[in-house]
Amino acid sequence: MVVRRLFRDSAHLVRPALVLVACMALFLVVRSAIIPKAFGQYGHYRPGALDLVRQHPIAFAGQDTCVMCHDDQATVRAAGKHAHVACEACHGPLAQHADDPAAHVPKLPDVADLCRRCHEKDAAKPRNFPQVATAEHSSGMACNTCHQPHNPHL
Amino acid sequence: MDISRRDIFTVGGKLLILASVGATLKQITGAEPPSDAYRLADHWWGMIIDIDKCIGCGNCVRACSKENNVPEGFFRTWVERYQIEDQIKEVKQPRVESPNGAIDGFPPLAPIDGKSFYVPKLCNHCADSPCVQVCPVGATFVSPDGVVLVDQTYCLGCRYCVQACPYGCRYLHPETQTVDKCTLCYHRITKGLTTACCENCPTGARLLVDFKNPKDPVHEILRTNKVQVLKPYMATGAKVYYENLDGAVR
Ligand code: HEC
Ligand code: HEC
Ligand code: HEC
Ligand code: HEC
Repeated sequence: MVVRRLFRDSAHLVRPALVLVACMALFLVVRSAIIPKAFGQYGHYRPGALDLVRQHPIAFAGQDTCVMCHDDQATVRAAGKHAHVACEACHGPLAQHADDPAAHVPKLPDVADLCRRCHEKDAAKPRNFPQVATAEHSSGMACNTCHQPHNPHL
Repeated sequence: MDISRRDIFTVGGKLLILASVGATLKQITGAEPPSDAYRLADHWWGMIIDIDKCIGCGNCVRACSKENNVPEGFFRTWVERYQIEDQIKEVKQPRVESPNGAIDGFPPLAPIDGKSFYVPKLCNHCADSPCVQVCPVGATFVSPDGVVLVDQTYCLGCRYCVQACPYGCRYLHPETQTVDKCTLCYHRITKGLTTACCENCPTGARLLVDFKNPKDPVHEILRTNKVQVLKPYMATGAKVYYENLDGAVR
């Protein structure tokens, strides 16, 4: 009785209701078409972005790689104070060389510029770090006339 | 041809149902498979920086720039030199300089009346990062292994995050016009390498750490040293810890 009275004058509501449902369905379709798949799998972002970032090529091979082929330099270096200075810290990015040593033969570092960057005397450096006023210390000579880069101790 | 409103609704309705079924199916079946052995859930990355070891050589800045093709004039990591003069009567502000991000190191500094030291900076990979909170489209996020990344294909370039970052670690890439930042060398650390900056740091002032690895030295370091994060009052959950950091550093 009550129910029938409720629905008695509701014929005019059916069409708007259908339109509303259709609009909502349309919204859902458009939404699922626009939002990338798996969005929200880990959080409010596209999980594929993780793989995208990971695809970036590597420029520095890491010194474990260098040591595999360059035994000589590695043993020399391990005996001296540069033991913890990575090969590529001085030689620059050499992943391409490590992949194909014959095709990419690296240029040797320019000693005049190299040693100064780390060892120039500077009040802001930790006091226990070995540093010299390079101009006076070497009096214009290249550092590697006296020091051996891989094991700098004389 | 006569098309009644009824026809439009019946045909349109059927089409809609079909389309939504199709879209749902694609969503269910199209989830990406995990790409290899690296397990997101096993890691929680961060970094430890020891101010007392940094010599300001700029190796990290150069390495980062080469590894990540950082555009000229922008920096994902940089080094600052602080000079704090002795305060006798007046309060003096520290002098901070970072010539071109220290990509060529620093000009030598003569001894001053006071202290001076280097502070390397980079994205703090905050666990509750403000930059992530302000992104309107979900283009920047904290990955399940704790690295704050940007989805380059999704970023609008609106720069809200650039403004929100308390540490000034983000910039708009001049070519792609999307936001760019330190990825903690995500492409390296997920393959077992360390970051380019840590690899090239001669003194070990920077150390990549994995908080979820029980054998990582980070646990010992945090337990036995006085450590600090930058701007702790921002409560961003920063994961770049500093050892021997002076209170003047902002
Ligand atoms: C697959 C083995 C291999 C790996 C890995 C490797 N190298 Fe080499 N490297 C070679 C070979 C072979 C040569 C000699 C190339 C030539 O002269 O044709 C060479 C040459 C060099 C030279 C030039 C020597 C000269 O006399 O001019 C340098 C410097 C060098 N490597 C550094 C590195 C560093 C740094 C790494 C680590 C990123 C590295 N190499 C990784 C095999 C390797
Ligand atoms: C402190 C900086 C430094 C480090 C660290 C370093 N090198 Fe060198 N390396 C040099 C310099 C400088 C030269 C060029 C020497 C010259 O011109 O006489 C050189 C030369 C070389 C050469 C050419 C042959 C030679 O012995 O002169 C090879 C090969 C080489 N380095 C490999 C390595 C490898 C492998 C490592 C890591 C185990 C390494 N270097 C670490 C600075 C460095
Ligand atoms: C990337 C930075 C870096 C470069 C470049 C570099 N060194 Fe070093 N050097 C170091 C570090 C780090 C130590 C170890 C300091 C320590 O033990 O506290 C060191 C130690 C030394 C020492 C030993 C000092 C002592 O106490 O006995 C000498 C000598 C030296 N280097 C000379 C050189 C020369 C010559 C060059 C250029 C071929 C050079 N270094 C290039 C980082 C560097
Ligand atoms: C004429 C030879 C000679 C030349 C050239 C030279 N050195 Fe030295 N260097 C020495 C001697 C000798 C020592 C002291 C012996 C030692 O500590 O091993 C020394 C010590 C050092 C030390 C350690 C200082 C300390 O406090 O322990 C560093 C760092 C250094 N040299 C860097 C350089 C750099 C950088 C260059 C190039 C600009 C250079 N040297 C050029 C001879 C030379």
